[in-house]
Amino acid sequence: MMTLFGIPTAALFGQLLLGLINGAFYAMLSLGLALIFGLLNIINFSHGAQYMMGAFVAWLALTYLGANYWVALVLAPVAVAAFGIVLERTMLSRLYKLDHLYGLLLTFGLALIIEGIFRQLYGISGMPYAVPKELAGGWNLGFMYLPIYRAWVVVASLVLCLGTWLLIEKTKLGAYLRAATENPALVQAFGINVPVMITLTYGFGVALAGIAGVLAAPIYSVNPLMGSNLIIVVFAVVVIGGMGSILGSVVTGFMLGMLEGLTKVIYPEAASTVIFMVMVVVLLIKPAGLFGKGA
Amino acid sequence: MHKPDALLKVSGLEAWYGESHILHGMDFEVAAGEVVTLLGRNGAGKTTTMKSIMGMVAKRKGSATFGGTETVGLASNRIARLGIALCPEERGIFASLNVRENMVLPPVVQEGGMSLDEVYGLFPRLLERASSQGTKLSGGEQQMLAIARILRTGAKLLLLDEPTEGLAPVIVQHIGDIIRQLKSRGFTILLVEQNFHFAATVADRHYVVEHGKVIDMIPNDQLSQSMDKLKGYLGV
Ligand SMILES: Nc1ncnc2c1ncn2[C@@H]1O[C@H](COP(=O)(O)OP(=O)(O)OP(=O)(O)O)[C@@H](O)[C@H]1O
Ligand SMILES: [Mg+2]
Repeated sequence: MMTLFGIPTAALFGQLLLGLINGAFYAMLSLGLALIFGLLNIINFSHGAQYMMGAFVAWLALTYLGANYWVALVLAPVAVAAFGIVLERTMLSRLYKLDHLYGLLLTFGLALIIEGIFRQLYGISGMPYAVPKELAGGWNLGFMYLPIYRAWVVVASLVLCLGTWLLIEKTKLGAYLRAATENPALVQAFGINVPVMITLTYGFGVALAGIAGVLAAPIYSVNPLMGSNLIIVVFAVVVIGGMGSILGSVVTGFMLGMLEGLTKVIYPEAASTVIFMVMVVVLLIKPAGLFGKGA
Repeated sequence: MHKPDALLKVSGLEAWYGESHILHGMDFEVAAGEVVTLLGRNGAGKTTTMKSIMGMVAKRKGSATFGGTETVGLASNRIARLGIALCPEERGIFASLNVRENMVLPPVVQEGGMSLDEVYGLFPRLLERASSQGTKLSGGEQQMLAIARILRTGAKLLLLDEPTEGLAPVIVQHIGDIIRQLKSRGFTILLVEQNFHFAATVADRHYVVEHGKVIDMIPNDQLSQSMDKLKGYLGV
């Protein structure tokens, strides 16, 4: 058996791959959170529930409409964004002038309600969702076995994150978004309809969660609590990367996923807590986060 | 003093920040092509007047018409689209945008604005610094950028809030030249100034603001006769 630093390479790469997959989800979710926090000043605690809704839209569409995975990949983010836009217009928009705490409490409550409804309707045992046949199977790379679907998830996440980053950093629309994040009143006084921009940004941020939910469906089972399990870690990622930093959330998401995987090989007992230990250290040394600005 | 062809006509304009009542019925007007200043002590309500015209103050009452259109009650993005643009007191240069992005951020709201080349012609320094981060510019350069970026938009009325504040004399002179050039190009300008010596070099008329009200109007050609009165108003 091949080993590296005394660890069997198949196990090492296997765990690193798992870490990379988790990291892909951390990155997509924390990216949406960062976008929303930047412009809306709201810590969107219902992000996990919206991710779960994305997975459920995929499952429901398959079960009741016979719509396949690829259709779900378009349908779910659109549905989750539409739901998010209604939330933003009817509830969140009333909170922008208040402390972050109010937005956090409201979205936390919403998450509990949404998850409660899905639990009531579908139980908590979880529904399987098959890997689409185009992405079934895997490749034997010699040192490890790589399931095609998992490679797809990593690539899809990278494309989404990179695409979002380019949109924000390199386009006119992104310039409006960055400017409005700094000084919404002035951007609006230049003639931009900032309230609409805010609504669409929330829709886009939760759409990312919706897509992540569809990508997750074949890997984790579709379960009303899948989001609440993940969101706590994602918040740690956001804190470590720096609240509101787009690039920071993506890079940190992938890095921490890998770190978690690596910890599983080296010292499995610490695997579920290592991210929180990093969070504590980062908060002590650089409270604004690794990529955050300010003190 | 009430000319029928006023481009901006402010009457009985009141404004509040939360519970504090700041403007208590401002009355003044600016004719097309004029440069008019608002003079007054710190805290008199000059910036609040600018922001109220621009729709950036949540609670306002009274009237401010631009080209006959009532702006009180419109959202600030709608007011901007009528052809009014603000150069704010704090300059409002965006740190997450480079100079070029800052320059082209305000959308063109009407035809007839200056082209980007013309703007860079007035402010060549900004072209040299085009890829620097906006807030890495010097204070004077940031002020140039804050003025430059609203010239492309086609806005006919420019609200310039203390463009000379804290700047070296040569730069103040340069800004004076720019304002005179803008006037000759047909822009209408409402200028807030602390420095009335500077104001006298660019403006047609001056309104004196105190406690959220206009208390006097002095045509520029009577400024020297009115100097003692003005010094009294401003407490200098
Ligand atoms: N955002 C705000 N919230 C509450 N009060 C404010 C706010 N901005 C200004 N004020 C108050 O409104 C009054 C008028 O302020 P304003 O900024 O309009 O004065 P100004 O004439 O522009 O003064 P300066 O010459 O110092 O710029 C001041 O008493 C100020 O303290
Ligand atoms: Mg002021």
